Amino acid sequence: MMMTGAEIVIRCLQEEKVEYVFGYPGGSVLHIYDELFKQDKVKHILVRHEQAAVHAADGLARSSHKVGVALVTSGPGATNAVTGIATAYMDSIPLVVISGQVPSAYIGQDAFQECDTVGITRPCVKHNFLIKDVRDIAATMKKAFYIASTGRPGPVVVDIPKDITANKCEFDYPKTVQMRSYNPVVKGHLGQIKKAVQLLLEAKRPMIYTGGGVILSDASEQLTKLARRLGFPICNTLMGLGAYPATDPQYLGMPGMHGTVEANMAMQHSDVLLAIGARFDDRVIGNPDNFTSLPRKIIHIDIDPSSISKRVRVDVPIVGNVVDVLEEMLKLLDAEKAKPDAAALADWWKDIEGWRAKHCMKYKHKKNVIMPQYVIEKLHEVTGGNAIVTSDVGQHQMWAAQYYKFDKPRRWLNSGGLGTMGVGLPYAMGAALANPDMQIACVTGEGSIQMCIQELSTAKQFRLPIKIINLNNRYLGMVRQWQEMFYGSRYSESYMDSLPDFVKLAEAYGHVGIRVERPEDVEGALKRAFIDHKDDLVFIDFLTDQKANVFPMVAAGKGLSEMILAEDL
Amino acid sequence: MRHIISILLENEAGALSRVAGLFSARGYNIETLTVAPTEDLSLSRLTIVTSGSDEVIEQITKQLNKLIDVIKVVDLSEAAHIERELMLIKVRAAGKDREEVKRLADIFRGRIIDVTESTYVIELTGTSAKLDAFIQAIDTSLILETVRTGVSGIGRGDRILKV
Ligand SMILES: Cc1cc2nc3c(=O)[nH]c(=O)nc-3n(C[C@H](O)[C@H](O)[C@H](O)COP(=O)(O)OP(=O)(O)OC[C@H]3O[C@@H](n4cnc5c(N)ncnc54)[C@H](O)[C@@H]3O)c2cc1C
Ligand SMILES: Cc1ncc(C[n+]2csc(CCOP(=O)(O)OP(=O)(O)O)c2C)c(N)n1
Ligand SMILES: [Mg+2]
Repeated sequence: MMMTGAEIVIRCLQEEKVEYVFGYPGGSVLHIYDELFKQDKVKHILVRHEQAAVHAADGLARSSHKVGVALVTSGPGATNAVTGIATAYMDSIPLVVISGQVPSAYIGQDAFQECDTVGITRPCVKHNFLIKDVRDIAATMKKAFYIASTGRPGPVVVDIPKDITANKCEFDYPKTVQMRSYNPVVKGHLGQIKKAVQLLLEAKRPMIYTGGGVILSDASEQLTKLARRLGFPICNTLMGLGAYPATDPQYLGMPGMHGTVEANMAMQHSDVLLAIGARFDDRVIGNPDNFTSLPRKIIHIDIDPSSISKRVRVDVPIVGNVVDVLEEMLKLLDAEKAKPDAAALADWWKDIEGWRAKHCMKYKHKKNVIMPQYVIEKLHEVTGGNAIVTSDVGQHQMWAAQYYKFDKPRRWLNSGGLGTMGVGLPYAMGAALANPDMQIACVTGEGSIQMCIQELSTAKQFRLPIKIINLNNRYLGMVRQWQEMFYGSRYSESYMDSLPDFVKLAEAYGHVGIRVERPEDVEGALKRAFIDHKDDLVFIDFLTDQKANVFPMVAAGKGLSEMILAEDL
Repeated sequence: MRHIISILLENEAGALSRVAGLFSARGYNIETLTVAPTEDLSLSRLTIVTSGSDEVIEQITKQLNKLIDVIKVVDLSEAAHIERELMLIKVRAAGKDREEVKRLADIFRGRIIDVTESTYVIELTGTSAKLDAFIQAIDTSLILETVRTGVSGIGRGDRILKV
């Protein structure tokens, strides 16, 4: 049957079993919107800004292992989407972003709402396409979903000129994709895996360091088996939180700039480091020269060869999908008679317990002021540790990461790589749609929440019962912390003046607003929100300690063992 | 160290800008870049001359391989290979310089392919180093214009870059 390009686009989404598309209409996508209107399989979520469309699609992807889909118009629609695309790119999140383009014949003529979307997005996508013929739509859409979701995932942009969406051809959705230039590796090299297993069994001070790749690969079960089998200490990066249960005794916490003493010291002093789906980010290993100054053998499992030996030389590289490689390792361990060196391991754990005994996450309570860490601890309690928690960027993000103990994967959604303020609320929207039975908490700050505040309107329209936990310190707190520590307390432009009354603001959008000013009211407010107002969006504005800082801290350029602790100050 | 990297690329609009964009975005340097379709018109062959430490070159090849339009990448300079570059150079050739320039072109096995009363255009092929040597040898005040294609390279013997 002959179909228009617009109809084909929608049929492709149906074939891919896409349930939600986040978008915003405009001239160049009107044909597509018309086709959306004529069907009800693909539901459209009308956001209030295209940045939020992409973030929400990203939040859906992070919380569900599906490909997120966004739809925007040409020109300003596409440029507004760029922050969302770059955010997903840095964290390897699978997205398909469809953008309208001016009619083919107008391209290059500075037409109304024309921009070079393919050119603008090229450095922040896994791949992008400009479709030039209606007969290419189906195959291109198939490729887009395939590329986005396989190998190291990432966003793919499909730019479609308006005339192409009006032209007609037969629709035939390809069953498979064959691309001579793209064949992601899955299985790891057996010889390398054997070498890795030998090295692990000989280790005296082993450490497992895992990241976002474990979550993306849905490999928590295999990781947990492996860590328990070996009895090794383990940490999860900010992107890997929940990959290994945080309440397990073998878990040392998060490594890095705001990681725990025990995780950082164990990373630094290990003699064999097993890195799994983690990319030795500068916020994790600190100064690479300092990190590599101690002798240490590194095994690195990653699906992207370019992540391996990028910042730190690796001794045993294993290119492959985490799940497949870990399954293989477990098999080899089963067949292996040798056991880890129990005596050495016991000594190593003694060292680790010594570091742990510093209790680096302890913080002082104040009498009449709410400590932000306390709010997160109570949030964990009230939600039974079972919420999906999204966050924005800043101190509140670090406190959420440190104090909400994530025991399961895909429960923690945040922008790690790009560090994009404004993601929290749209991430929560995507997560709420993908997980209608879960509690959704958005931990944010009064600075960040204002970067996508307009989405309170979207959340109303689609009845998304998100709980916004605003840790309101009246400061761009993370900026203020750096200014206090490194700029002689000159608080240049980091005070948040003229804040709105968030309670009234929430009410103006038709939601419930609660203000909490005293520590003893924290728990009650959370219960009201999560229990009494289970089905409402509740905005809780916690007025928190203005001068609280995030500790421990490894200053930029310093080594992992050079942490500043709260007690040092 | 100088490296000659050969790439087989889908011959599609925008593919070249992905390669060029990768180099500028990641701060890798490009000394020369040449590109043209191969006998199979769906493929382009691209040669890049770059330099960097072993770590940087390793990242360059890995990052290139990651580009969806890139089919194959080899570092030609890792083993036996041939490199050639073409230069067209327009020089002042009047009076006594006329003979001198002609002699120099002969020594370098260049060919004079355009002649006017006061100028020659010389065509010269060889390694980049040879072309550089010619420019060094000739009196610079005579040079009116130079244009170079950048390096093309191919492996020797059984080293074949094909899909
Ligand atoms: C204010 C702020 C403070 C921060 N502080 C810290 C901190 O203290 N500690 C910290 O850890 N981070 C911190 N970060 C985050 C940091 O910037 C990085 O985003 C993060 O550390 C990267 O995590 P990762 O190494 O797990 O890599 P990711 O970005 O999650 O990358 C995943 C890796 O896994 C690979 N991969 C993907 N899929 C697969 C698969 N199927 N199989 C195999 N491999 C796969 C990818 O190729 C990639 O190399 C901070 C961020 C902000 C904004
Ligand atoms: C879009 C964007 N702009 C600027 C920054 C730099 N930045 C990082 S944290 C931060 C302060 C965030 O303030 P707030 O949301 O109130 O959180 P707090 O640190 O106070 O908890 C800023 C400005 C950023 N990460 N993202
Ligand atoms: Mg703040």
